[in-house]
Amino acid sequence: MSEAQHSVPEVKQEASGTGQWEPKLVGFLCNWCSYAGADLCGVSRYQYPTNIRSVRVMCSTRISPHIVLDLFEAGADGILLGGCHLNDCHYITGNFYTEKRVRLMKKLLEDAGIDPTRLRLEWVSASEGEKFSKVVTEFTEHIRSLGPNKVKKDGALKDRLKAADDASLTFRVKALVGKELNLETKGNVYDNKLEKAELEKLIDSAAMDEFERSLILVLSKSKPRSVKELGKIMEVPTDKVLRHIVVLRQRNLISMDHPEGFTPTYRTIEIGGEL
Amino acid sequence: MAENKTEQNEKPRIGVFVCHCGSNIGGFVDVPSVAEYAKTLPDVVYATDNLYTCAEDGLSAIREGIRKHQLNRVIVASCTPRTHEPLFQATCESAGLNKYMFTFVNIREHCSWVHMKEKEKASKKAKDLIRMGVARARLLEPQEETKVDVTSASVVVGGGVSGMTAALSMAEMGFPVHLIERDGELGGFVRNLNNLYVTEKSAADTIRPLIDKVNANKNITTHLNSTLKGVEGFIGNYDIVIGTKGAEDQKAKVGTIVVATGALEYVPEGLYGYNQYPNVVTLTEFELLCKKKTLPKLKNVAFIQCVGSKGQVKSYCSRICCNVAIKNAINIVDNYENMLGLMEKEGTVVDKIPVETKATDEIMERRRRRRGRDRGEEGGGAEEVKLGPSEKIEVTVFNRDVTAYGVEHELTYNKAREKRVKFVRYTTDHLPKVYMEGNQLMIAYFHETLKLERTMPVDMVILSTPLVAQPDAGELSQMLKVPLGQEGFFLEAHVKLRPVDFATDGIYVCGTCRGPADITECAIQAAAAASRAAIPMAKGFVQAEALTSVVDENKCSGCGTCVQVCPYGALRKNDRGFAEVIVAACKGCGCCGATCPEGAITMTNYTDAQLMAEARAALEEV
Repeated sequence: MSEAQHSVPEVKQEASGTGQWEPKLVGFLCNWCSYAGADLCGVSRYQYPTNIRSVRVMCSTRISPHIVLDLFEAGADGILLGGCHLNDCHYITGNFYTEKRVRLMKKLLEDAGIDPTRLRLEWVSASEGEKFSKVVTEFTEHIRSLGPNKVKKDGALKDRLKAADDASLTFRVKALVGKELNLETKGNVYDNKLEKAELEKLIDSAAMDEFERSLILVLSKSKPRSVKELGKIMEVPTDKVLRHIVVLRQRNLISMDHPEGFTPTYRTIEIGGEL
Repeated sequence: MAENKTEQNEKPRIGVFVCHCGSNIGGFVDVPSVAEYAKTLPDVVYATDNLYTCAEDGLSAIREGIRKHQLNRVIVASCTPRTHEPLFQATCESAGLNKYMFTFVNIREHCSWVHMKEKEKASKKAKDLIRMGVARARLLEPQEETKVDVTSASVVVGGGVSGMTAALSMAEMGFPVHLIERDGELGGFVRNLNNLYVTEKSAADTIRPLIDKVNANKNITTHLNSTLKGVEGFIGNYDIVIGTKGAEDQKAKVGTIVVATGALEYVPEGLYGYNQYPNVVTLTEFELLCKKKTLPKLKNVAFIQCVGSKGQVKSYCSRICCNVAIKNAINIVDNYENMLGLMEKEGTVVDKIPVETKATDEIMERRRRRRGRDRGEEGGGAEEVKLGPSEKIEVTVFNRDVTAYGVEHELTYNKAREKRVKFVRYTTDHLPKVYMEGNQLMIAYFHETLKLERTMPVDMVILSTPLVAQPDAGELSQMLKVPLGQEGFFLEAHVKLRPVDFATDGIYVCGTCRGPADITECAIQAAAAASRAAIPMAKGFVQAEALTSVVDENKCSGCGTCVQVCPYGALRKNDRGFAEVIVAACKGCGCCGATCPEGAITMTNYTDAQLMAEARAALEEV
């Protein structure tokens, strides 16, 4: 994945010298392949670091971006998604959808300022016990090298992660990602297939828009903010912020608050604020 | 996020049973301290450790715990749910607890066995895992399993050997069967074959009794010149539409579907002078010439094996062609005189066989059919070797390697060699070349043993091409919502353990539509598919595990995304325009739940709230 080479946006943990910190990893393993692979790993006594705690799901496709982003908000240092190899999914096509969603998750993590390599998708079959131990060992070491997820200490990061989570729950992003595979392979209602790269660009820009809009809502929840202020915090040009505000007002998610001098401020509407 | 939190009737009372598994867990994890820790977790009213929770005293401890402490949720921390969950669930049920109120925590495969040298850390992890289990257990809800009635009738698509065998097997068990055949008569691919290998009996004579039995069976309704036009429903309750040429569509209700649509022979257009030079034919075209007794005068015959298979056009080995070629090579040596065209005069050679001749229709038709073999009496090992008229006719089989697998085929292969049939190996680096030299058909090849380029004149070149998937298999696969593999053949649920089931319940597959096979294998698969299909039909109902999606109509916007992503067709739009789950068809993968743009779909027993509570609990400190 190209994200792997992407520069790490977060500052590396400076206080990791305490020796106290241990990476906290959560695995979501599909019942039929990865969980079974992890079982075989145990049966074969391949050893791996104790940092991972796994949750069994029926299929990797069960894991929505919301579940992953929420867990990063809660402080997870790394998340491993394990599924069957492509074309081997117990549910036929589940892992193809997983692949699409993971791409979105990584994109949103990057937008939020979390190294996307903190999320890892691996295909581990029921017969790949040794692979499972290798994957977990490697992943644990990788996360150790990245240092802890600083969301608990870094308010700005927390806001951004919350915004990424909210963005993943918007109708627009969910519908696009949900239909991505079919648009790519079967075409739309007019039988036009979309190029993979084109579709990904479309989804990325939609995700970015919704992320920025969600961030505006997160930031303007506690206190009303001006466009200029939002632009500064978000590091987004003010004209773009203003365009987002227009959309958010149309959606009835934000309202104008008292002006500060001649500058209007905006506040998130709390009622029915669920996205 | 908005999660459907239905009210709990009663406050959770959780019991935790931590297993030593002898020393398997106990040796590497401090089990008593883990059980002690479990007692401190919210809503845990009872926790204990057992030497073997799966042994009778362990199980009775669970039952007793439920009774004594009024447990309404049970957690067993031991091995893997993949082997032991049904046992503990049944134990809970026997004590009156809904089996969906049980939570499994794996502290053996996922803990003690993989952290054998770090007892302290492993014990901490075991505590974390139990805390996660408790977080999940608190949110569990009892579930009802749905019983769905099954219509005890079936439809078989395809009237070849596989389809007829499957239909007959089910009919003989007493189930009404609709047998749908696209052509005007039953028999499938085999109809075009001359004789069948091993028995060397005529193909037509071999399948005649099968066709007669099918026609005589009152439980079978045969629909000739027909196709399956529509399918709606799910296991036990399919509404099908059968379209017959020149007749009105018929509707029927069936409980199961067997797919036996067969395969085609690959047409080697552009390979080895096919359709370009006279007397370059495929194996089945050759069989047809033999069957019709229209063979031209021959002196030198060459077979080329693996034409278009094993990585050339198709990736796979078609399995049967070596045996078919060997059979035909022997036929030529032994029986050539009998198959000669009656009208042939010495010296004439039929031009370009596939087109213009009278056999065209047959040839075109046989391209849509199956071929195979029939097993009969003794393979002929003890038979006296007759030296065929090999001075008169030379047969050479160019092959990449001869795949005469199994018990009898190797003997046939030996027999062919004893009859002076030549087997010459070629590699993909040096493919044989077919060309014309004046009026003479020629083959140039590289002799792998002699390491020499050679040429030889031939009168006929027979190309052994693979069986390929029906070009319209995709349509049927979409209609039935069952998958095709990469080569376009139907893909079974599990290649080893469920070879004739589809992943979708109620639909089964047999014969060459799931990959190249000979008649024996087709018959085996067909009988297997029939008996698999008979299970729900004999029972009369299926029980759906309560792991399904549930749609909240208050949130659903009717966008239909879930309908698109469901691999089982388990979601449909109802009259009100909302998504609706067909419980019997849903497998509980959760794809729709993770996809739904409105967050309107919940997975029972794997709700967002349950998963997130379990995962978040991993991050807490002991």
